[in-house]
Order: sequence, then structure tokens, then C-alpha cells
Amino acid sequence: MSHCEPGSAPRSLAPGALHVALVGSPNAGKTTLFNSLTGMHAKTANYPGVTVTRREAIAMFGDLEVMVVDLPGTYGLAAISPDEQIVADSLEGVIEGVARPDALVMVADASTLERSLLFVAELLRLGLPACLVVTMIDEVAARGGSIDVERLGLAIGIPVVGVIGHRGVGLDSVRALLADPVSWQRPVMAPPEGAAARSAWVASVLAVAYRPPGADRRTRRIDAVLLHPVLGVVVFALVMLAFFQAIFTLAAPAADALDSLFGWLGDGVRDRVPGWLGEMLADGAIAGVGGVLVFLPQIILLFLILTLLEKVGYLSRAAFLADRLMGRFGMEGRSFVAMLSSFACAIPGILSARTIPSERRRIATMMAAPLMTCSARLPVFTLLISGFVPDRSVLGPIRSQGLVLLGLYVLGAVSGLLYAGVLSATALSGPAAPVVMELPPYRRPTLPAVLRQTWEGAWSFVRKAGSIILGSSLVLWVLLNVPGSTPPAGLTESQRAGHRLEHSAAGSVGKAMEPIFAPLGFEWRTNVALIGSLAAREVFVTTLALTTGNEDDSSLPDRLHELRNDDGTQVYDAATVAALLVFFVYALQCMSTVAVLRRETNSWRWPVIAFTSMFVLAYVGALVARVVVHVVT
Amino acid sequence: MAVGAAVVVRSVAPGEAGQGRRLEDLGVIAGTIVRVERRAPMGDPTIYEVRNARLAMRKADAALVQVEAWLEVPTAEAGGGGHVAL
Repeated sequence: MSHCEPGSAPRSLAPGALHVALVGSPNAGKTTLFNSLTGMHAKTANYPGVTVTRREAIAMFGDLEVMVVDLPGTYGLAAISPDEQIVADSLEGVIEGVARPDALVMVADASTLERSLLFVAELLRLGLPACLVVTMIDEVAARGGSIDVERLGLAIGIPVVGVIGHRGVGLDSVRALLADPVSWQRPVMAPPEGAAARSAWVASVLAVAYRPPGADRRTRRIDAVLLHPVLGVVVFALVMLAFFQAIFTLAAPAADALDSLFGWLGDGVRDRVPGWLGEMLADGAIAGVGGVLVFLPQIILLFLILTLLEKVGYLSRAAFLADRLMGRFGMEGRSFVAMLSSFACAIPGILSARTIPSERRRIATMMAAPLMTCSARLPVFTLLISGFVPDRSVLGPIRSQGLVLLGLYVLGAVSGLLYAGVLSATALSGPAAPVVMELPPYRRPTLPAVLRQTWEGAWSFVRKAGSIILGSSLVLWVLLNVPGSTPPAGLTESQRAGHRLEHSAAGSVGKAMEPIFAPLGFEWRTNVALIGSLAAREVFVTTLALTTGNEDDSSLPDRLHELRNDDGTQVYDAATVAALLVFFVYALQCMSTVAVLRRETNSWRWPVIAFTSMFVLAYVGALVARVVVHVVT
Repeated sequence: MAVGAAVVVRSVAPGEAGQGRRLEDLGVIAGTIVRVERRAPMGDPTIYEVRNARLAMRKADAALVQVEAWLEVPTAEAGGGGHVAL
């Protein structure tokens, strides 16, 4: 393996390790097999130039050190998505810096062998040493079928092992095979090429070793309810409701606790470390780290729920039910899952769009994701709604404040769908890859698998968003504190802070922005907070608290109420608040999202289009809101 | 095709974005039996049973597949023994 990348850690640990790739279709049990073969030592890395993740781990089988790579699931080597292209390219050995595998472990679900062996036929033509692991063999027997792995091996001419992943059956045989890939039997003749010939080959191989299982009655019975035209839609709505309920009510207390913890930590550091260093540590670094971690409870819960729904098999049903609706707006069923994730945070939403094969539908989905109301907007909405919208009953228990919040969510979601629709009718062209989704049988997920996937999702969020949120928090701190000015004597602590801020770089920028934002009613304090929100939207609240500091240290909403323009009129009147709310619905003021869009689309084109078009939407929308409220009141 | 119908695939057109090849990789190949299992609440996509797996497919993609009736499940369209789209 002379062409190994020197910088890639796992390979430099074991320069001589044999390189074995796991290949198979989605839902075949590939990842479960990978986890049981490699234990907890897997590393995830990106393929050079693209954002497809590969999981790899070094493991010992007998005396042999083997690097096992878990390739993304695919149905064939004719790729239709970036994930699948990676599989084809790595098996051809054409990815720079990534060695071609020395051997293949093909993974196939026993209940769908008539389909999976078509892929096996294609893989065997690559000429690499290969073995076949048939998973979930217990399901075949349970549904009245039978499989004889030995005869199957004889018929194909390669080693074949049957496993039951969650019970560990057959894993020792796989390990024994991996200890000596050189000795694997090779087929006398490669399977034929072409669909019809492959199909005939599969039929001849299975004739001697396999009786297909009968219908999966349990899955059919569950689907009769979950995909029912009426009941299915009701259950779908209930699942969504539970999803939002969990994301907002279960995660919120944990997020608040983390928020106060970091506030407390910051105060402690400010008290103990003197001068600007203490302030930078407290208001820049600690506040920055806190700004990332505050999202974690929601992100973990989001990934936990999505992983559970995926592993049980419901996520593909949800995609099936939503496909028609999403199709009207140039997207597909799987876009729905991305949109759903985006209500917690656009970043996991954009990342989950990777599974959408069609490029134009994938881009439409990623571009619409930031318009879903993410959890970072919630503190801003909460501040403005609780401070300025009178709380009164509209209809029984339905109250005005909740109604306004719901309205903002609906505005964002509807705008996102329309945005994707307009985009795919104008900027996106070309034929679209097919929408074909497999609906796997309902299965009971195992706890370790669920926890593992949840952890990996949450960790990838911390890595992707963390550095950017932390970096922008530090830059923001510098902007807010440089140049340091000396406030006149006789001011209270918060007045001094306000004075320093007004004369800082950020204060100057905020004032320079006034001509642009004056039509919306935003003056320099709001503008500085808008700059702050570029790190993460909820920083708007803390920055506004800094810029509006006054002598009696009253609460933030009270301070906003008292804020006056030079001519004595109220700064935060109803029209300005409405403008600000609408501005936050549309504006893409989140650097992490911009960065992830850049990485996932591999160009600056889409993040630039998203940022500018959403700014225009935000500005025009805010202006309309302001004018309308002016006219009405 | 009516829900419940079982048909046999005659041919798969290539499509302009590689759809045909993907359908073949999923097992929709001439000679394969396909059962129409269920439609989504709004009529599209449809779930088909192919080679013991269940695939949801949009009308637009299924139109690439030419089929004829199989066994005793006659449908109005395929009754005459002609080929129709899935």
C-alpha cells in the first residue's frame, strides 16, 4: 500500500494492514456487522474533496491486522448520489489518497437475497477476493423460507457465512475468514454482465440453496395502519407533534441549565482573572463554548428520535407519505426528514440531505433548510413576543402570544417550501435521478446501535458548528471591545459598558449600518446585536442586553420599552418589533450554516445565493411588516 | 395498475438520468414479477413488491417499466395481453 496518505492517522498506525471494505445495500445490516467486528474503535473521516463520511477501524483477526472500512450503502455501482459515487470510486481504487481495498466483505439481507445477489454479481466482476455475509438468516426461517449457506457458497464459488447480528451468531466464522483473506476461494467464472444475464445467474445460484420467505405479515399489518389514507396521516401528524413536543419541552430545561452554568462560569472567571484577559475568557471563550453546548440537549434529542424512527423503519414511511407534497416544491420524501431536522438546527438538516440521490432535489432541500425556524431563533422570538405582544385569550385556551409564535413557524415553513419550489423552477435544471425508496421491514432496534448513531450525529454537529460558533464569538468580543475607550466618571457599571460598546468597532459598524436599516426601524443598538447574531442567532439577545445597559439594571424587555430615539419616540414600537420578528424568520445570519452549505455543495455559489436572497427576503418582509403594522395601529 | 395486481416486467427503458439502470439494480428486470401493493394517500408514489423487497416508486419513474398481466389477476388495461406502463 505504497500510495497511502501519510497524514491519515489510522493508516499510519498500521502501514501494513490489509484493507477490507464492507459493501452492501442500505438496511442490509452492514453497520451492525462493522460495529461487532471492530468494537468501539471506529474513526470517521471524510473522503478528500467531498463530504461523504467513511467509517474505518483497525482490528486484529487471528494474527492479521486488518483495516475494515464501512462503505455507504448502495444498490449498484452505477451511482446516482454522491454517497454511491464514493462506493464505486473506492472499489475502482480511483480516489487519491485512499487505497483500493484488498478484499471485499459483501453484506446481504437474507430475506431479499433475490435482489441483493444482483449487486453481488456486479461486485464479483471487480476481480477482488470476496466473501458474502448473509444477515438476518433467522427472519427467513421465521417467515417459512430456508437458506443453505454452504450450498450457496458452492454455487457462487466464494466463502458464504450466515449471521444473526443482534445475537452474535456467525460472527466468529466471519472473524476466522478475515484472518486469512488470501485463501478465500475465488469463483471459477465471473458472473455475467447485463440485467437479464445477472437475473438468470441469481436464479440459478438460488435454485439450489434458497427458498424465499413468505410475506412479512407483521410489517404488512403495521403498514395497513401507518400507511392508511386516513389513519396513516393521523399517526403521521401525531408523530410530528410528539417530535416537536420532545424537542422543545424536554430539551429546553437542560438548555436553560447549561446556559446558567456557563453564565456562572463566566462570572467566576471574570472575578478571578483581572483585566481584559478575564473579560475575553468570560465573554468570548466561555460564552462561545456555552453558545455551542446550549444547543446540545436539543441536538442529542433530535438525533435520538430520528435514529429511533429510522431504525424502526418509520422514517422511510414518513418520506413515502410526504413525497407527493414535497414533490410539488421540487423536492422528495426524504427532503421532509431534512426539513424536520432543521426545526432544531439547519446543520443536521443540511447534512441529512446527503441521502437524496438527485442533485437538484438535494440542493433545493439544503437551500430551504435554513428557512425552517431553528431553535436558535426561539430566544429572540421569546424575548420579543413576551415583551411586546399583549398576552390575551383569543379563543379559549389559545392565547395571542402562542398564536404569534405559531404564525412565525408557519411563515418560515411555507416560505421554505416556496423558496425550494421557485429555486428548482429557475436556478436548478437537468434531469432528476429517480425517486425510488426501499421500505424496510419494521425491526426492533438495539440500544447500543441507537446510542452509537445518536452520539455520532451529535458529535459531528459539535465539530462542524463548534469551531465556527466559538471563532465568531471571539471575533465578536474583539469587535465589541476594541478600541477600548474610557467612559466619563460618575456612570454606573452597566452605563460604562454601554459607553464602551457605543465607541467600539462594533458600535461604529452598527452606526454605519443605520442608513440601511433605518427604514425597518433598527438603530445602532439593534444593528450591533444583528452583527452578534452572525455567530449564532440567539447571541442577538445577549448582545442587545449589552448595548442597552442602563443605570437601574431593569429587565431587558423593560429596557427595550424605555429606549427612545433622539426625537423622543419609542425605538421598539409595535412596527419595529414586527419588522424584527419577520427579519429573523428569513435572514440567514448564521455563519455555521453558511459554512456547512459551502462544504456540502462544494462551491460558494449556493451559500452566496442563499445568504443574499434570504437577506433580501428578510429586508423586504420586515419592511412590509412594519408598514402593515403602522397602517393597522 | 390497480392495487393488488401482479404483473410481469417486459422491459425497462433507460430513462434520461440513469433511472432505468437503478430500477434494474433494484431487481426490476424483464421477467420479474411485480405486485402493486399500496398507493400513498395522495395517489403517488406507489409501493411495489419486487423480489421480496418493498419499493416506493413515483409514477414518473415507474412509467419506464413496461409490464403485462401475470396469472389470473386481469386488469382493464392489460386484459388484451398488450404491454402497458407499470
